[in-house]
Parts: sequence; C-alpha cells; structure tokens
Amino acid sequence: MPSIVKPRVAHPSLKRNDVGLTVRDYEGQMSTLCAGCGHDSITAGITRALWELSIPPHMIAKMSGIGCSSKTPTYFVNGAHGFNSAHGRMPAIATGANAANKELTYVGVSGDGDSLSIGLGHLCHAIRRNLKMLYVIENNGVYGLTKGQFSASADVGTKSKKGEVNLMAPIDPVMLALSIGATFVARSFSGDKEQLVPILKAALSHRGLALVDVISPCVTFNDHEGSTRSYIYTRQHLHEATESNFVPPAREIVAEIARQGGTNVTMHDGSVIHFSRVPDNYDVSDRKAAMDYIREHPAEVVTGILYADESVPEMHEMNKTPSTALAHLPYEKLCPGSAILDKLQASYR
Amino acid sequence: MQPSETGNPDYFHKVVDCQWACPAHTNVPEYIRLIAQGKYAESYMLNRASNVFPSVLGRTCDRPCEPACRRGRLESDKPVAICRLKRVASDLRGDVSDMLPKIPTKKNGKRIALVGAGPASLTVANDLMPLGYQVTIYERYGKPGGLMRTNIPSFRLPEKVLMDEINMILDMGVEIRYDSPVESMSGLLGEGYDAIFVGSGAPRGKNLDLPGRNDTDRIHIGIDWLGSVAFEHIDKIGEKVLIIGVGNTAMDCCRTSLRLGGKDIKVMARRPRAFFKASPWELEDAEEEGVEIVINHAPKRFVIEDGKLVGMEFDRLEWDEKAEKSKVLETIIIPCDDVILAIGQDNAFPWIEKDLGIEFDKWGLAKVDQRTFMCTRPGVFFGGDSAWGPKNIIWAVEHGHQAAISIHNHCQSVPVTDRPAHGMNLLSMKMGISEWSYHNDFNPAHRQKMHHVDLVQRFKDLNIEVELGFDLEQTAREAQRCLNCDIETVFSAPKCIECDACIDICPVSCLTMEKDGPEEELRKHLTVPAINLDQALFASKPLPQTGRLMLKDEDLCVHCGLCAERCPTAAWDMQQFQIFISHAGDPVTTQCAAA
Repeated sequence: MPSIVKPRVAHPSLKRNDVGLTVRDYEGQMSTLCAGCGHDSITAGITRALWELSIPPHMIAKMSGIGCSSKTPTYFVNGAHGFNSAHGRMPAIATGANAANKELTYVGVSGDGDSLSIGLGHLCHAIRRNLKMLYVIENNGVYGLTKGQFSASADVGTKSKKGEVNLMAPIDPVMLALSIGATFVARSFSGDKEQLVPILKAALSHRGLALVDVISPCVTFNDHEGSTRSYIYTRQHLHEATESNFVPPAREIVAEIARQGGTNVTMHDGSVIHFSRVPDNYDVSDRKAAMDYIREHPAEVVTGILYADESVPEMHEMNKTPSTALAHLPYEKLCPGSAILDKLQASYR
Repeated sequence: MQPSETGNPDYFHKVVDCQWACPAHTNVPEYIRLIAQGKYAESYMLNRASNVFPSVLGRTCDRPCEPACRRGRLESDKPVAICRLKRVASDLRGDVSDMLPKIPTKKNGKRIALVGAGPASLTVANDLMPLGYQVTIYERYGKPGGLMRTNIPSFRLPEKVLMDEINMILDMGVEIRYDSPVESMSGLLGEGYDAIFVGSGAPRGKNLDLPGRNDTDRIHIGIDWLGSVAFEHIDKIGEKVLIIGVGNTAMDCCRTSLRLGGKDIKVMARRPRAFFKASPWELEDAEEEGVEIVINHAPKRFVIEDGKLVGMEFDRLEWDEKAEKSKVLETIIIPCDDVILAIGQDNAFPWIEKDLGIEFDKWGLAKVDQRTFMCTRPGVFFGGDSAWGPKNIIWAVEHGHQAAISIHNHCQSVPVTDRPAHGMNLLSMKMGISEWSYHNDFNPAHRQKMHHVDLVQRFKDLNIEVELGFDLEQTAREAQRCLNCDIETVFSAPKCIECDACIDICPVSCLTMEKDGPEEELRKHLTVPAINLDQALFASKPLPQTGRLMLKDEDLCVHCGLCAERCPTAAWDMQQFQIFISHAGDPVTTQCAAA
C-alpha cells in the first residue's frame, strides 16, 4: 500500500479528450495490490483506453467478482458506476445490469480463478448471450489472494514458488471462448501497453461480448524461474499473431499495405499509424483457422486480436428489446399491471 | 543515447534546481527540512557554510533560486519562498557561536590584505581565518559592510542584523582598519603582504549628462545618496522626487525618499514593464507604498528656473514589441524638487598604478581570470563587483570563496589553477516498505505571503523593518511546499523487470520505456514529450528483458517516491543527494585550464 495518494498535480501539457478530460480524470483509488502486479498495468491500460475513446465517466459501469483482479475496478475511473459482486458471478450481474440499462459501457474485470473455476458457467453463458461488454480476464495462473496455489489456467509443467509442478491440464480462456461461439477474442500481455490499449479500445467498441485474456504476471507468487506466467517467460514466448490498431469510425482511408515491412497511414487527426500485414496464413474472421493457429503454436503465447465477428447480434438485438433502455421506460410501460398479465397468460391457453 | 552519467556530481546537482542556480550552491532543500524540524541553528549553519550571510541574504538576496524552483514550472503554482525561509532560520537560530569555525591561535605566518569590507572581502576573511592566516581589511568608511550597509536601506536590512553577521567574521581575529581608503596599490604592495584581494566594489554611480545637470545641487547619484542616508549625512528630501532608472537601486531610492519627507515619488522608466531590471518583489513593495512607476519616458533635460530645479523634461515614447525601436509621441515636463539618478554603476580604480603588471581592459576593469580570480599580477586577486562590474551579494560571496581558494594555493605554492573537486554522496531514504525518511507527499498549499508593517507605522522611522518575517504557521506551510528535489530517483537497470508500475503511477507522467535512439527523437516519444531542453533526460543502461531504455524527463518530477514504492525489485530508490562544494583548505584534486 503506497504511503501517499497519487498527488493531484499533473503535467501541464497533458492532452484533453473529446469530453475535455485528461487521463488523470479517469484514474481511481490507489491500488493496494503488490508493487509490480501486472493487474496494475492492465488498470492503467483500461484507464487509457476509456480516456482515448472519450467515454464520459458517468456512462461507464465497472463490474467484478472476487480476487486480486476483481479489486481493480476500484483503481480506475472514480466517476463510474460499479458493482463488486459475489465470486464468479460478475457475468450474471453484468447481464442484469446490461439488460436494465444498455446505454452504459460495461467493463468487466475478472481473473483466472473468478472466471475459469467458480464462475466458468457464468462466463460461458455470457458469451452465448453475446452480452455487449468488455470482459477482461487478468490471467496470472495462480490464486494470488490465497498465497499462490495453481489456478485452472496454470500450464502443465509450470512450477509453483515452492517448486511443486502442475500436472492438470489448463483451461485456456481463448480456446474456450472460440469453441463456444465468442464473437471477439483477443490475448495480450500486461507488460505491452502498445498492444494492449488498442485491443481494449477495439473490444470496447465491439458489438457484443469482447473477451480479452491478458497475461498478467503475479509478481509475488508466479514470477520465478520455472513459471510459465512470469514477466521474463512471457516476454520470451510472446508471439504476435496480429498487430492491432483501433480505428474509430470515420471517413474511409484506403491504403495498400506492403507485403513486407509496413505502411504508414495518416489518420483523420493527423496522427500516423503504422500498419503491417498479418501473416498470410492468418484470417481474423475465420474461427477454425484461429483455433488451428493457436494449436500450431503450443509453446508460444499467441497474442493480438485473434478472432472478431461483427455480424452476430448482441443480447438486446436477439431479444428485440425497445430502443430505449429498460431503465428509462416509464414504470407503467415496463410493468403494465396484473390485468395485462392475465390477458397475456389467457392468450397462451 | 548514452546512459546518463549519474556518478558525475553535476547530474543530480542540476536536478536540485535551486541549489544549481545559487551562485554559492546553498543546499536549499536540506536547510528547509531542518527548518521544518525546528532545527533553526543547524539550518542557519548549513546556509552559512555556503552563503556566509544568511540573515542579510534572507532579506536582500536577488534569489536566483526562486525563478529556478521546480514548483514554479508546475501548473498554476509559484516557487517556494526560499529567501523568506532562510530569514526564518536566521531569526530563530539563537546563539550559534560554538558552532562557528575554530580559529587556530598559532598562525601560519601568511599575511593577507583585503581592500574594502564588503561581502566579497568578508567572505575571503571567513574562509582564510580558520586556516591560520592573518587578515587585514582596509575600509574607507568608519563602519564595515560595503554595499550591504551603504546601498541597502535599514528598513530592509536593520543594522543590527548586518553587524551580527559581520562580527561573526571580524571576531575571528580579523584586523580591520577603518577610515583607511587605499590610495595606492603600489604602496599596499610595499607592505609585504603575501596576497592582496581587491573587493572594493563598483563605487561610481553613473551620471546623466543632460542640459542643466550642473546647474543645481538637487540632482543626486543614487548609490552615493543612499550611502549618505546610511551615514546620516542626509535626512530629508523634497516632496516631489523623480527617480531615473528602474533597477533595484531605484527601488531603494524611491522607498527611502518616502521616509525622508517625499510625498509624490515617481520612478521614471524608459521602457515598458516587461523590460525592467528590478526584481518583481521589490517593484511590488515600492508600489504598495504608493510609489508611481512611469513607463516609456526618456529623460531629455533638467528644467532649472532661477537656479532652482523645478522639473524634468521627458520624451514620451512608443516602443515596438521587443522594445528595440521607439518613436517620440510628445515631450512633457514633470515638476520635481529632487532627481535621483539610479541608472547603473561603474568600476573605478584610480588608485591602482598602471606600471604594476596589473592589466586593464578597455572598460577600465582589471583583467581577471574567470575561475581563479587572479589578475595579471600573481598574488593580486579581485572579486565581487570589483571583478566584472555590479552583480549582487550572493555572487560576491561566491567570488570570495573562489578567491580564498586561490589565495590559499598561492600562499602554499600550489598553482592557483589546481582547484579542489566537488564530491558527492547518495544515501537511501528507504525506512521500510512504503516508508521514507523524508516527507514525500506533495503539498498543494499556496505560496505564503509576507506580512508587512502597516502603511502608516512603517514611515514613522527610517529604521523600521518593513517585512515582519514568516510566523511559525506560515513557516510550517511554506516548508512543506518544498519538493525535496535533492531526494533523487536513482535507477538500477539490472534489477528492472519492466512491469510498467513506475510509469503507471507517476503523477506527472515523466517516465517512459522506449527503444534506444538519438536524444532529440526520444524526447518527442515520451509519455509526455520533454520540451524543456534545460532539464536533463535521464537514460538508463539497456534493460535486461527487452533492451529498451528507462527514460525520465527530469523537468517536472515532484520527488514523491511513488515510482520507488511501486517498484517490486527496488530498481528505483529514493536517495538523498549531497554535493560537497569545496572551499579553501579542502584537498586539491583537479586542475583547471588557465583562461
């Protein structure tokens, strides 16, 4: 726990976003996680992505369950709504919140324990419903809050801090999501914000549920030799399948991307983005190819936006809810009374 | 870019903006911390080691430290009131006599003559007496202090305060000969001194040779007039006074006039306000007392009627943006009873014979080496305003320190170009996890305002000190505003695991990890671009995991220590930097090229 609150003094030349706020306005409370925790970096990445997208803080809802990961919504966007729910139940609570008010931007933060053990079923069903939300799994392979036991995502052969070897097969959230029909699946690394922030921005702009698995080293219990989730191991085994850059909707700019090297494209705001061609054998809209690609690189941490499909309707579209958020409908309309209910039930008889 | 050379004392010294900007390199953050702890005597002595006259400077310093203060670069913030805090240490120090340097009873046999008892000469005496020298000061007036006495009015610097500090030096056993202007350098050389130091100031105020100048006795040279007031030869002035010039001497002249019967005082400036030489706070104090500052008026002639000064004629000017070119709008006459000329000072050495091997330049200044302060005749040294013209007290002190080093070398047959090196030390401030032995939080308090004696009371006597000094509450608040820039962020690249924690936590976004490149490129690609080229960009050695560099823009770091607190491997640490500025008698280790 830091000795002081981060001073409110800021760099005088900090930029402001479209709603007139600096990135400092998207910060939260001081983190009480261990110094050097990957989760804090992800927090900083989420903070930056929300700021860059100019989402007003009061239009954000932060959802989480239990665990080190689930503490982190406290550490970004103080001005947002939030719900810190029961262990593994974040997707269920998020579903309810989203059903009631679809106008908010939902940011769910979970961990490998919260989502792949106790909350696995809830995760699967949120994916099926294609709930419009950013779903971040802060994946460190251990139960940090209970002193470092292997989690469901721990690789076979990885060693605990005391030297014990894991023998159980891992649940890979990316493969799981791909196999049950997720419409946006990405993986990144807490130590690489240049990749993480654009992925988070793309995920926040996705039509339905965007699952982002972020390798996030546990600096206290899983950053040692023999671990497959340490900073050094992750860096040595990173394999960027696709290079990601998020382009907000605007007038189309057409550019030919060179076969080798890359192409610089000047964007609408004058900034330049460097595009490089994804591998010839990689198609981000081909689910089977994505799964094959990951299987073909078993010893590597495959990162990037691995699969995206904008054609699948999200929960409200599937259920044909009204265009106004339910929370904003007049009560009489939302709940028309027992006479109407009786009439409806009679129609089924 | 090359990894920053943090082992060079200059690197971290430059981060301590105030100390770097101070000519005598006073350890400002440490003395402010001592004040905060109530250790006033220790704070005073730490000041004294560098600037010799903390009580005088706490009231009169030109404060080069304050415009340099990092706090002034933060958004809508002002520098720490460093000078006022210095005065607090001196006001509350109590008796420090047992902390002063001990003077050996057995002398080393070397005799030194100092010309003038101003801040430069007194500093030389202060540095040489503890080394066993016999020092004799020749002073033209009956009292010591030089410009500190004659040019700074007693309502800004009470005589007792001045004398207390001068006596600390004279009581070391300095022989001082009052009313003894040196009339001949040749004669002084004949006295057989081992070295001579000239610290006689720039005693000649500039004249303004316009029509009517010599037709009245009501036109005064500013510094001479202030001197006459100080020695009580003058105790009144006319009701309407014009001060020509707008430097700090002009400010002293106008405020003194108000206390000697002046009612309508105008300070006449040729150029617009942005080009004034006076310190902003001195202008502020003068205007608070009702002095009118008139801009864009160029003096043309003195208006004399029946042998009596009745006014002065000016061209009213309009300037271009840079105040380089002007055109005359009209000519006006402003009535007055007295005119005081405060338009600068010159050096004058009529008493130095031209055949002694002491060479002079075309401006009449002795040719003095910039680092050794020796002139072209070995054994004769210059310092203070005598060296290169008018500067200020704190520069005179630093000249004295450097000249004392040279004199010591000269007397010990060591080349004067052999200078003692500056040393440095770094000491970790870590007390435990998230615990530091300094107050690391940023305090958003505003700069404290000095309280003044009220506007009626203060004019009752010339000697009433206007500034009351900070009270204890103001002192406590102001001391906490200091950012502790000497508690440095020290980085060890081999320990870094590149987790980004420091970058994420930094409140002023001054950290970045980036691939190596030329400094000018890297400066553009930081978390926030480093546009202030006066401040260093720290670059680490390549980091172990990716080979990137840790970069830190030193410009706006508030030294809060959060980078070090959030670092899991202690690659960042907060360490107190101390620079050891050498004075006479410290070991000689480096050479400088003679200019």
